[in-house]
Amino acid sequence: MEFNEHKAIYLQIAETLCERILIGKWKAEERIPSVRELGASLGVNPNTVARTYDYLQQMNVIYNKRGIGYFVTSQAREEIVSVMKTTFLKEELPKFFKKMNLLSIPFDELETIYKQNNQ
Amino acid sequence: MIHINNLSFSYPKHEVFRSLTFSLEGGNVYGLLGQNGVGKTTLLKILAGLQRSNKEACLVNGYNPYKRQPAFLREVYYLPEEPACPPGTVNDFARCCGGFYPRFDLGQFYGLLDRFGIQPLARFKDLSAGQQKKAHISYAIALNTSLLLLDEPSNGMDIPSKSLFRSVVSQHITPERVLIISTHQVRDLENLIDPVIILDKKGVVLHATIEEIAQKLYFFRDVDEDPSALYAEEVPAGYSMVRSNTAHHDSKVDLEILFNAALLHRDWFTDHFKK
Repeated sequence: MEFNEHKAIYLQIAETLCERILIGKWKAEERIPSVRELGASLGVNPNTVARTYDYLQQMNVIYNKRGIGYFVTSQAREEIVSVMKTTFLKEELPKFFKKMNLLSIPFDELETIYKQNNQ
Repeated sequence: MIHINNLSFSYPKHEVFRSLTFSLEGGNVYGLLGQNGVGKTTLLKILAGLQRSNKEACLVNGYNPYKRQPAFLREVYYLPEEPACPPGTVNDFARCCGGFYPRFDLGQFYGLLDRFGIQPLARFKDLSAGQQKKAHISYAIALNTSLLLLDEPSNGMDIPSKSLFRSVVSQHITPERVLIISTHQVRDLENLIDPVIILDKKGVVLHATIEEIAQKLYFFRDVDEDPSALYAEEVPAGYSMVRSNTAHHDSKVDLEILFNAALLHRDWFTDHFKK
């Protein structure tokens, strides 16, 4: 995952939490830290973390059980992969192609390297 | 929770505020920014009841601070940038003065001292300036007042204490509490202060949440200076800049760039951030 230091903090936190789910540190239907707990451990304003949680709820990555806390949804991985794939194809790949053109790297050269890496 | 309406204040030969107006709500860590001499400390002192303001211009929890009624004073604490060195031990000081504040939590105080690595039985005068600051901050937090005013809290703190301080403040804030931190060390407190209030000699230049700022302004970096930038600063990776967020990108608010841009383009800011 590309780390973007210019991304808003609430999105940077969202990205980190999504990665935790992808690598299996946080599993489906598992309870995650409260807004206040995460705010304290990151040293970030709790309002920012609340915004991250709102965003992840809209993505259907986490859900709120009233009075109990936030949990990872059962379909979290699929949701994250689909959003990240779209971002990769729409935002990162065009930049990548632009750089390829800038350096005059032909596509077949790329294909060879790709195949070598995936042997 | 705090209402400032047409506040004017002058020292004998020097006017500080002329009809300053704004309100502060619970659940927020306000960052009060401004160049030296614009009145940040004076404003904190007025809110704490230590300086007199014009009549009824300032209401804190429904009280006029300068009347210094006990019911007001037990809910507010002001920690100056360089607090006086109390006599006796850290423990003596807290046990003696903490009694005036009904929600002072001695256990929490010891817990904070422990995290900051301060011995409760150390005498204040034997501690370094930075250690004294940590003891004072532990005390200020453990008082659990509804209004806490911190003047340059991160000054003199060592590197590990700064991240500990951010964590402690983040834990402290609840919907019933207001925290105001005046600071020049914006890098120390980035991601913690929200909303931001910028003062200059004419009054409030900006009073907005980080979300509002990111809606109106786009912070970016490029190899070349962008002609559309409101403000540009040369950095190792090119130029760090800010421009009007016409494309609605969500970027990370850089407080130093924001501050410099606000001072340079006062009218643009007051115009675009009208409530």
